Amino acid sequence: MTFAQVFDPLFRVPLANGFLLALVLPLLGAYVRLRNEWLAALGLAQVTAAGGVMAILVGVHPLAGSLGAAVLAAAIKGRTERSGNDVYAVLLFFGWSAALLGAANSTRGEELSHSLLEGQLYFTTWANLGAALALVTVVATAGTWLSKRLLLEHFFPESLAANGASPWKLHLAFDLLVAFSVALATESIGVMATFALVFLPPWVSFRIAASWTRALVHCAGFSLTAYLVAFVLAIVLDQPFGPMLVGTLVAGSLVLLPFRARR
Amino acid sequence: MSAEPILSYREVVAGYAKPVVGPVSFDLGPGDVLGLVGPNGCGKSTLIGALTGTSKVLSGEVVRKPGTTIAYQRQRPVRETDVPLRADELLRLTAATAEPPPSLRPLLKTRVDRLSGGQFQLLTVWACLGGDARLVILDEPTNNMDPDAVAALAELLLSSRGDRAVLVVTHDARFFTEVPARVLEVGR
Repeated sequence: MTFAQVFDPLFRVPLANGFLLALVLPLLGAYVRLRNEWLAALGLAQVTAAGGVMAILVGVHPLAGSLGAAVLAAAIKGRTERSGNDVYAVLLFFGWSAALLGAANSTRGEELSHSLLEGQLYFTTWANLGAALALVTVVATAGTWLSKRLLLEHFFPESLAANGASPWKLHLAFDLLVAFSVALATESIGVMATFALVFLPPWVSFRIAASWTRALVHCAGFSLTAYLVAFVLAIVLDQPFGPMLVGTLVAGSLVLLPFRARR
Repeated sequence: MSAEPILSYREVVAGYAKPVVGPVSFDLGPGDVLGLVGPNGCGKSTLIGALTGTSKVLSGEVVRKPGTTIAYQRQRPVRETDVPLRADELLRLTAATAEPPPSLRPLLKTRVDRLSGGQFQLLTVWACLGGDARLVILDEPTNNMDPDAVAALAELLLSSRGDRAVLVVTHDARFFTEVPARVLEVGR
């Protein structure tokens, strides 16, 4: 393929959809990392994949199954009132097991299982783009409010409860937002690319940024740059997008990691 | 103390499945500094938990003046090894807009994970004292602090006295030789 094909109208919706996800996922990933829940994306993505496969087995649209499974997982996790990776590790094992067992018992399920694991960005539609746009709108609207409370709750955990707020509601709201985002992203770019967008940019940015604000800017900048590079390379070199994005993020991380914040 | 108490503990027995501490009674009004002193494990934090909801009031009553905002610096404040939050960003979180004390000013542009344990402790204390909370609770604020930092902490407490109430929980009764306060021994 040639570079000119990057601008083919066929790729505009996938490009825009992935761009919005590449903007939001690492920003949410920063707060996921803050809460030491970096396994969240992988655990939720596996559950999402399982939900999509199970939905096919019972004759429901896979996106509905994915979203439903992600929301259910977030609700279960929220009710445990525990932060950390333990719950997400259990969800990861459950999701992996359920997705593969479901796929083994359905031809269409096996096909979907593969596409969720590898991603199918080029086949995303206006519906996916609309959902991603809605997600960006929610994050843009509630982001500042949510950010302050998540940081405050992290450093002064008793303060919210002491002032009459409900920490579990905050946790549930954030868990649902992450679950919804991961479900959408898994549907578009696959399990591992979703995990990479949530994990790698914050991992690098937390080391090199001089402040929280700059860390968020670094997260978004690194993620979007890697996304655009991977998108172009995948088309020009005729390679699958998901692995190309993960590879680009890993390569970018290795380049950026030696830089350290001066203070 | 003539003004209406900001916080009153009335014969409070606090605990979880079983009583841990109490009965304890005190009133805390505007401008008051009260030290809850006792050895480690005597139930001081459990007593404060009765106010914040981390432990239960098994008998007695905790009365809080309506509308009272609380700033709470927990024992062993979270100090991450890899979080890029800057000291001034932490202060903005708690709306600690008052001019920081001289000991903290040079640190404001530093990431909190690059501060020493004592510096971080002082910062979190100021994050609570520098805001507009009417009731400030400091749980073991002298942990991780060398004598200079303890002196700086005492200065913070003295300089920030206004119409707020401050409740200091500590196992180190010597702290109150530097800070004038009412002292209540817990677990004796």
